[in-house]
Amino acid sequence: MSDTDYFVVGDPILDEKAPEGPINERWDKRRFSAKLVNPANRRKLSVIIVGTGLAGASAAATLGEAGYNVTSFCYQDSPRRAHSIAAQGGINAAKNYRNDGDSIYRLFYDTVKGGDFRSRESNVYRLAQASVEIIDQCVAQGVPFAREYGGLLDNRSFGGVQVSRTFYARGQTGQQLLIGAYQALERQIAAGTVQMNTRHEMLELVVVDGKARGIIARDMVTGEIQTHFADAVVLASGGYGNVFFLSTNAMGCNVTATWRAHRKGALFANPCYTQIHPTCIPVSGDYQSKLTLMSESLRNDGRIWVPKEHGDTRDPRQIPEDERDYYLERIYPSFGNLVPRDIASRAAKNVCDEGRGVGPGGLGVYLDFADAIQRMGRAAVEAKYGNLFDMYQRITGENPYELPMRIYPAVHYTMGGLWVDYDLQSTIPGLFVTGEANFSDHGANRLGASALMQGLADGYFVLPNTINDYLAEGPFEKVDESHPEAVAAKEQVTSRIDTFLSLQGSRTVDSFHKELGHIMWEYCGMERSEEGLTKAIELIRDLREEFWRDVKVLGTNDELNQALEKAGRVADFLELGELMCIDALHRRESCGGHFRAESQTEDGEALRHDDEFAYVAAWEFAGDGNKPVLRKENLEYEYVEMKQRSYK
Amino acid sequence: MNITLRVWRQKGRDDQGRLVNYKLTDVSPDMSFLEMLDVLNEKLTLENEEPVAFDHDCREGICGACGVVIDGEAHGPEVTTTCQLHMRSFKDGDTITVEPWRAKAFPVIKDLVVDRGAFDRIIQAGGYISAPTGTAPDAHANPIPKPDADRAFDAATCIGCGACVAACPNASGMLFTAAKVTHLGMLPQGQPERASRVVNMISQHDEEDFGGCTNIGECAAVCPKGIPLDTISQLNRDLLGSLAKGVG
Amino acid sequence: MANSTLTKKRSTAYGSTVALKSAMAVTGAILVLYLIAHMYGNLKVFSGQEAFDGYAHGLRELGYPLLPEQGFLWIARIVLLASILIHIYAVAVLWRRAARARNDRYQVKKRVQRTYASYTMRYGGVLIAFFVVFHILHLTVNAIAPGGKSDSPFERLVNGFQPEFWYVTLFYVAAVIAVGFHLRHGIWSAMATLGANKASRQGKINAVAVAVSLVVTIGFLLPPLAVTFGLVSK
Repeated sequence: MSDTDYFVVGDPILDEKAPEGPINERWDKRRFSAKLVNPANRRKLSVIIVGTGLAGASAAATLGEAGYNVTSFCYQDSPRRAHSIAAQGGINAAKNYRNDGDSIYRLFYDTVKGGDFRSRESNVYRLAQASVEIIDQCVAQGVPFAREYGGLLDNRSFGGVQVSRTFYARGQTGQQLLIGAYQALERQIAAGTVQMNTRHEMLELVVVDGKARGIIARDMVTGEIQTHFADAVVLASGGYGNVFFLSTNAMGCNVTATWRAHRKGALFANPCYTQIHPTCIPVSGDYQSKLTLMSESLRNDGRIWVPKEHGDTRDPRQIPEDERDYYLERIYPSFGNLVPRDIASRAAKNVCDEGRGVGPGGLGVYLDFADAIQRMGRAAVEAKYGNLFDMYQRITGENPYELPMRIYPAVHYTMGGLWVDYDLQSTIPGLFVTGEANFSDHGANRLGASALMQGLADGYFVLPNTINDYLAEGPFEKVDESHPEAVAAKEQVTSRIDTFLSLQGSRTVDSFHKELGHIMWEYCGMERSEEGLTKAIELIRDLREEFWRDVKVLGTNDELNQALEKAGRVADFLELGELMCIDALHRRESCGGHFRAESQTEDGEALRHDDEFAYVAAWEFAGDGNKPVLRKENLEYEYVEMKQRSYK
Repeated sequence: MNITLRVWRQKGRDDQGRLVNYKLTDVSPDMSFLEMLDVLNEKLTLENEEPVAFDHDCREGICGACGVVIDGEAHGPEVTTTCQLHMRSFKDGDTITVEPWRAKAFPVIKDLVVDRGAFDRIIQAGGYISAPTGTAPDAHANPIPKPDADRAFDAATCIGCGACVAACPNASGMLFTAAKVTHLGMLPQGQPERASRVVNMISQHDEEDFGGCTNIGECAAVCPKGIPLDTISQLNRDLLGSLAKGVG
Repeated sequence: MANSTLTKKRSTAYGSTVALKSAMAVTGAILVLYLIAHMYGNLKVFSGQEAFDGYAHGLRELGYPLLPEQGFLWIARIVLLASILIHIYAVAVLWRRAARARNDRYQVKKRVQRTYASYTMRYGGVLIAFFVVFHILHLTVNAIAPGGKSDSPFERLVNGFQPEFWYVTLFYVAAVIAVGFHLRHGIWSAMATLGANKASRQGKINAVAVAVSLVVTIGFLLPPLAVTFGLVSK
């Protein structure tokens, strides 16, 4: 591919840290070849960690235990509130406690295949290896996983896999794992190895002599712009699903930390890879601020349908069987309602685009439990799904035991993120990226119960074993606030804040964010086309120009100012959104959760192009107003054979 | 719906603070309470009045960030988090008073936002099991009877929102502290530090200027996660046991 | 400010809120047991002057000759006085702490589920403390003697609660009702503080608290009211 109107193609990029040899020995090899730091020297080395979700809290606790000086940051009022807490389903681990044929190799295989052959084999294998240790570690910390009467851990099958390898704590697995990591972190805070800064937001990365040496952070209570230095910086700042405005992310989730690092030279990989979850509660009005996920398990017993007729507004109970279209069962007779997330999501969008959607705005499909209630009895349905039904009723005010639920897909997770090598180090030496913030292990589609696994694998086991290799190069040259790079970074942050506060325009930050979200959802959501994406890029550019001319932020910097916080986040989303569209535009194939209109089989199914696109698209920032540079990392599959998925 | 809001406005920690009235029209019953505040803030911003600051994040009832006292009740009239409260719980024409959590241990930062760092410090004092990464035995090494695991889980569901403190007439943080003591105390892994944990956590609780528990039960009644009141009794038992053993 | 690192020095748990509450619970339990014994003695009034005065005298002799005369009585008095002082000291500390903990009051506050009795603990307790002083001056020391002094406890009782001294009766009735409320929440709270509360037992503990407080209230109200309404006389 040559240069286009939107990007230029640069040199390929190689993961130089990736060890070779048999896949099951690679992690051991890397751990052995990585340099170590003498415990006495660790005290002299410092690490900044941004974010306290599973990946950040676990890393901070572990590096603190190892004896490094850790400074940790989170924008929330407590590290315990990071959005990992909202994960419901569970965490995968290749324990094979069920003796059902599971193994590290099978978890590896399922994850590579589930990622639609767009992830690295070495990384995924390491993830599967670490999964086993994660469960041990969490149990030792007191995470109350579900247990059976014999006192041993319970497992369930999740996300369509054929083995039961998912460990869970009712519908609150993320919460329990995060609280475990949070407690380990608090223990280190008390021990003095970790200094915690809550209500602090990273606004810039400080790069000195090509190395990441610190961050500029704003104290969100006093407005103080602070410069923090360290010998290495770890970003564990989560995903960027909020570029869509409506998503299942928390309101504060943002891309600023990783985007600022990207602008300082870190490559951003596969930004267009987002996961859309099929079973969310639909939007009820313009005021809607967020979408709520309901566990995918509902599809085990609920039947999904829409009316056959366009614009049928009858009470669903009045619509006779033969006027209903159980479209998943019709199109995918063998998997029916249990097709993977991406397929279920796209099918829902298609029927709504045809004008057959239900509920406010026609953006919803029915998930009907009438048959299940008849078959199993109401009590059994209640026992299995009671808490989900209650949640649905609380949010919608409708009784799902009587009326079918309404569901619609929503943005849930972003597989893209900063490019990292096998050591989780970005293209800026000393800048490491963990968890959802990096692009690493999920390829073009993440399997259910794998996000928690990756966050904790990175934080507890991978990063603490690879960051040594970099820190062993120390001691590093001392830098202080007077260093020109630090001064410049701070000045950049201050002037941006001053601009926000001085514009005094006519539109609120949220109104821009919502408009951006509409553009992204419409053109860079489940189904993309060249026409739509080029249009979106223009729309985003116009919107960004308007934002910098007409945004209205009241108050001052010297106080808690939530509009000011949002303005900075939305400004970065407005840049990221464009890159996502460019990435989506260049990837002329349907893969993972992403359906490209120009790339489909004769019967309208996703068509991947392994010959052209079996690579990681890592984007380099080339300066404002310049086209981003595409750097490709080729993906090779030695162990898993590349195949097209079929669920018919 | 038309709603009159009386919202606590306070510039900063040292400001006196006062209730300010705002009228909102066209409130949808399907809005969450926080979305209603979003609408208010959009309106205030366009009218050049500073928006109301309030803590919130996940908006699905699990992060524990949100929480205000609505008409005298922590998290409002339903037993849930403020983000999961919907306007259908109110009537057209209602006047709704919105105040921050009030406790010396939770100083107001601005408007409805308070500093709950005291909870983190209680956890720092002992709300953990010392299990450094890599030291763990196999997860099945220690079977745990299901009833114990379930009780530990029930206590562990605490989201640290602070409603218990807000509702308690003594502004006591005992339910929060007890939830953690119970969670870790029910598990075999939590036994080695059990005696010192409760002592250190209670000492920190008291240091933070929370009030004492008088077993009135308002905390458990407003707890969005249903943390049982009897966890406090379990904490008391553990503490008295520790004191009797001379761990104090 | 937004830095949440543990910096404060830890206090010792022997002076903690929980320890103070436990002291209140134990001393409260002693006082409740005393009240029940006291009530039993009071009800002797319905058996006539001889039985009543004999019982009062018997208390002085209790344990004699193992103990000196009035020895048991003085031991009981010291234990009771210590209990009361500890009880009051603990509540004073906890009350002040609670007031400091909620330094800013709510503009609007709604009760969610708490019992009425739980509201009466502190001010009801103050009323009871005043009453105890009056009560000792009246019927024990006989320094205050509406209706005339007497060496017979029975006569002191009957004299004091004559209809013309309705205000004495009224004060007594008010104080006993306050005691009833105090016990209703106090017994429950003491059990919970001492670690007896479990979800499955909550109903039973509350039932015991209600039953004991009702019995004590009625048991204490009967003798003076019987006098006032002329059912018991010299």
